[in-house]
Amino acid sequence: MADPTVIVDDLHVVYRVYGAGGDKGTAATALMRVLKRQRRPSVREVHAIRGVSFVVNHGDAIGIIGRNGSGKSTLLQAIAGLLPPEQGCVYTSGQAALLGVNAALLDDLTGERNVVLGCLAMGMSPQQVKDRFQSIVDFSGVGNFIDYPMRTYSTGMAQRLRFSIASAKSHKILMIDEALATGDANFRAKSHDRIMELRGEAGTVFLVAHNLGEIEASCNRVIWLEKGKIMMQGTDVPAIVDAYLEATGGEPRKRDKPTPTPDHTADN
Amino acid sequence: MGTLTDNLEPPEGVVADTATETLSDVPLAELAARHQLRPSAARPGVLAYAGQLWERRHFIFGFATARNVAMYTEARLGQLWQVLTPLLNAAVYYLIFGKILDTSRGVPNFIAFLITGIFVWNFTQRSFITASRVMPDSLPLIRALPFPRGCLPIGYVLIELQQLFMSMVILVAIVLATGEPITWYWLLAIPALALQAVFNTGMALFLARLGAGADDFGQLMPFLVRTWMYASGVMYSISTISTLRNHATLRYLLEINPAAVFITLVRNAILQSQRLAAPGSKPFDQQKCNLYSSHLSDSHFLYYSAYCHAQITSGQFWLYGAGWAVLALVVGFLFFWQAETRYGRG
Repeated sequence: MADPTVIVDDLHVVYRVYGAGGDKGTAATALMRVLKRQRRPSVREVHAIRGVSFVVNHGDAIGIIGRNGSGKSTLLQAIAGLLPPEQGCVYTSGQAALLGVNAALLDDLTGERNVVLGCLAMGMSPQQVKDRFQSIVDFSGVGNFIDYPMRTYSTGMAQRLRFSIASAKSHKILMIDEALATGDANFRAKSHDRIMELRGEAGTVFLVAHNLGEIEASCNRVIWLEKGKIMMQGTDVPAIVDAYLEATGGEPRKRDKPTPTPDHTADN
Repeated sequence: MGTLTDNLEPPEGVVADTATETLSDVPLAELAARHQLRPSAARPGVLAYAGQLWERRHFIFGFATARNVAMYTEARLGQLWQVLTPLLNAAVYYLIFGKILDTSRGVPNFIAFLITGIFVWNFTQRSFITASRVMPDSLPLIRALPFPRGCLPIGYVLIELQQLFMSMVILVAIVLATGEPITWYWLLAIPALALQAVFNTGMALFLARLGAGADDFGQLMPFLVRTWMYASGVMYSISTISTLRNHATLRYLLEINPAAVFITLVRNAILQSQRLAAPGSKPFDQQKCNLYSSHLSDSHFLYYSAYCHAQITSGQFWLYGAGWAVLALVVGFLFFWQAETRYGRG
C-alpha cells in the first residue's frame, strides 16, 4: 500500500513584487495615482503556481524540470511552507527541508557565525551545533575562509557552505533546489554521495536541476512544470525528459545503457 | 531551434495522460487526513507558538549577538561606535536643548535628566523603527529557512537591549560626574528597564506585522516616533513645565503615555535630584509650590516642586508601567501570530 508523504492539492501561489516596471517613478505621477485611486502599477502579482496537484509516496525521488521561471523553486518553497498558498493546500508528513541557492544566510557575518545560526534556526541545540561544527566546515571545504564574512565568498564557496549547513541534519522530506550547480567537480561528487545518503534517511527527495543527467540518475519520477502548471508527470523519466528537450529545442540526450550518467552509476 | 517564448504544448503520443496518473479517486484533502498529513503552512496554536519561540531562544540570542557584532565591522573605529553613538547623541541634545534653547528651567541637574531621558527613549525608538522594517528586510531569510517568524522582531529588540547596556554604562559615568550619589534606588532601574523591554517586544511584534505589508508604514514610522518623542518629556519635565500647568488632563495623558512612564521610572531610580524634586515627595504646601512656579530660573527654589500636588504617585507609575508592558505583549503577540503563515509573501 502506498504511503503518501506529500500531497499537493490544487495549489496556487501568488506573490507580490514591488518596484516592477511600468511607473515613471516621479512624485507627480504617484500623486495622480493616489488621487485617481488607481492601484500602484509597480506592484505586480506574480501567479507563479496555477493549480498543481500530485501525491508523493515514501521512497520516491521526484525530479522537477522546466524552463527558467516555470515555478520550480516556488513549488518547493510552498511545499516547505515558506511561501503561503493563495488557494489549495500542501499536506506533508513533517517539516520539509529545502536546500536551495536562495538559502540566503547573513552575508555580513562570518562563515562560522552562519554555520552556528543556520543550525540553531533548523532547531538544533547548542550542544549539537558544537558537536557537528567541525564536520560541517570540513565538508564545505572553505578552509580558512570560515573566519571571513560570507559576502567575501565566491558563489561556489557560499553554496558549498550552505549545502553543508543544511545537510548537517537528516530530514524526512528533503528538497534540493539547484544546490549543487556552482560547486566544483570534486564537491559535486561529494555532495551527490551525501544526497544519496540523505535520501536513504529521508524517504522522500525532491530534486530541481537543469542537469538532466542528474535527474535521470537520481529520480524515479519526474514532474515537468510549465508556467506554473504541470505539463507532464510520470515514472517514465527518460521519455518525459526527451519530450521536454524536444519541446524546448534542446538536443536529445544520448543514452547507451538503461542507467546513464557514468559518474553516478555506482550510487544506486 | 527552440520556441522559448511560445506556449508549449505537451508532445502527443509520448506519454499518455500523465497529469492525472497518480491522483487517486478520493479527494486529496481526505487522503491527507487519512494518512495524518498536515498542511505545511499551518499556523500553530497560541501556546504551541510560544513554545516554539522558546525552543528557538538560542537562535534568537545568537542572531542578536551576531547582528550586533556585524553592525560596525565596516567602520574603522569598529565596536567603539557602540560607545560613541550614545555619547554623540547626548552631546548634541545637550548643546541644543540645554544650552541654546535652555529648556533646563525648573529641572535640577538638567544634564543628567536629559541624557537619562534620551538613552531610555532611544531604546524604544530604535526598537520601533527596526521592528517596522524587519519583515521586508529579512524576506530572503524567511523564504530560506522554516522557523517561527516571531524570532525576528524579538531578536531585533534584543539587539537594542544589548546596545542599551552599553548606553547605561556611559550613563552611569555621566550621572556620577554630575554629582549624583550612588544609592540603593539604582537597583529599581533594572525592573523599570525590564518592563520597558517587555513593552518594546510586544510593540515590535505588532509593528513587524504592520510593516510586513506595504513599505509606506516603514517610511512613516520615523515621523510618528519623533512626534511621540516630543510628547514624552525627553527634554523637558512634563510634571513641572509651565505650559502644561493649566491643562491638567492633557498633562495627565502625557504623563501616563508608556514612553514617559518608563523614562520617569528610570530617572527616579538613578537620579536623586529627580526623586527629591518630584511633586508629592514632600507634604503639600501651596505657598512653596507657588514659589517654585514663579521662580523657575532661580536655583534657590529648584526643589520646591516637591511641595506641589503629584498627579501620579511613584507607585502609580509602576502600575502604569507594568500595565503597558503586559498589554503590549499580549496584543502584539496575538496580532503577530495571526499572520504567521503569511509573512513569506512580501
